[in-house]
Amino acid sequence: MTGPGLEAPVIQVKDVVKSYGDNVVLDGISFQVRRGETKIIIGASGSGKSTILKLVMGLETPDDGQIWIENQEITGLSEQNLTKVRAKIGMVFQESALFDSLSVRDNVAFQLHEMRMHDDEVEARVRENLGFVGLLDAIDKYPSELSGGMKRRVAIARALASKPEIIFYDEPTAGLDPITSRKINELIIALRDMNGVTGVFVTHRMRDAFTLASQYAESVDGKVEFRREGQLLCIANTRFLMLRSGKVIFEGPDEVLRRSQDSYIKHFLE
Amino acid sequence: MPFTPKAAVKEVQELSILAARAFFRAFRRPFYVRDILEQMDRIGVGSVVVVMLTGFFTGSVLTLQSAKSLSAFGAKGLTGRLVAISLVRELGPVLSALMLAGRVGSGIASELGSMVVTEQINAMRALGTDPVKKLVVPRIIATTTMLPLLTIVANTIGLLGGLFIAVYVLLINGNVYMSSAWDGLEYVDVFGGLLKPLVFGAVVSIVGCHCGLRTHGGTQGVGQSTTQAVVAASILILFFNLILTRMFWPPS
Repeated sequence: MTGPGLEAPVIQVKDVVKSYGDNVVLDGISFQVRRGETKIIIGASGSGKSTILKLVMGLETPDDGQIWIENQEITGLSEQNLTKVRAKIGMVFQESALFDSLSVRDNVAFQLHEMRMHDDEVEARVRENLGFVGLLDAIDKYPSELSGGMKRRVAIARALASKPEIIFYDEPTAGLDPITSRKINELIIALRDMNGVTGVFVTHRMRDAFTLASQYAESVDGKVEFRREGQLLCIANTRFLMLRSGKVIFEGPDEVLRRSQDSYIKHFLE
Repeated sequence: MPFTPKAAVKEVQELSILAARAFFRAFRRPFYVRDILEQMDRIGVGSVVVVMLTGFFTGSVLTLQSAKSLSAFGAKGLTGRLVAISLVRELGPVLSALMLAGRVGSGIASELGSMVVTEQINAMRALGTDPVKKLVVPRIIATTTMLPLLTIVANTIGLLGGLFIAVYVLLINGNVYMSSAWDGLEYVDVFGGLLKPLVFGAVVSIVGCHCGLRTHGGTQGVGQSTTQAVVAASILILFFNLILTRMFWPPS
């Protein structure tokens, strides 16, 4: 295994500009995400957080700048070639975006069917992922029968179905109560620490962001337990990126972010 | 959106691009056979009753009116011929297509529109599936194959409705009505009468998909797309009908 810094970043974004009409949403954004790292993108609503995910996913094209995923430049790729790149990435959408005409089983199996996987294998994979998010009971339900929190968990199971190495979370806890949010956050921490998944987590809720940055999962006698970082152990695989009107105003770990003297950041953290 | 010539040209251009994309991708793997069959069931089988009612009432009315006009010339016996020609050439294809524009075109636009608004289309792309192949192509194939069949149903029921009116209301001999209807039709009528719904089916589905996929602005946007799909498809059906009629039945 190569040490950190030796390996090329999994995601590299360079000088990306994106505007809708006259509204400049991203104004020269650059950042990198290393393998196994979770990048938390924070910022006020409308600061272009979700747009970054859509650009990196290739769902939209930047006006200027370049984006690489695992050494492959995706800017300017055809829709067909983009499909191959997207297969490496799982995405959890803001409002879950489950296919409401399909059952929970078929939602999670969607990509597996596309990959022409054998039916038995699909069923096993669907059960494995629904088990991971704790929703095996809901396998035959339809999205309209699920609560908001359950929908997000199905969306996570769907994003995990093809075992992607990279997962994007677009405000996965927005509009959820604290207990449900906690469950979602624990799933994300477990994926990061137990499975080594590279993640990009977009949120405007600082409480969730700091939970991710200060807690870790470890396996105790085969059970996953969540612990808070202490004096001796500091979580190094989670870093913040803060946006303000289309520009990066902070990049680094939570300890530095908390000590920031910038008045906007201080105001935001309160 | 204000209706200007420039907007109209842009609209036609976008429709053509979507049509071309759908056409070329339809021949590339994967083929979504299950989705095509499902859409055929929803669009074709689901529209049978509406189309039957349309055919029945149109055939009946046509018979009443034709008989009235023809009896002025003492040619009441030719009623079947006039009804058959009008139905097979014009009213069967056009009215079935207009019914489908209302029922299927609006359905497609609102379904795809809601999928855009709730990011299901983006989710589909993120999961590595091309929405044009998975959603647009099956709908176009289903509508273009089903509308000719539905038109045959409408024509048949229309003629039978006409027969019913002719026999029980106008007291015309049923055999006279049917044989004059049969004699009136030529091969070009049948061929042209079936090519029309093929074109109309493509129009309804492509317009529906296009309006649905370019939806923006939440629930209100879905409503707008639906309305636009029905209006645009209906106008285009009437336009293409004029062109096709001129092509198949040129003035002598």
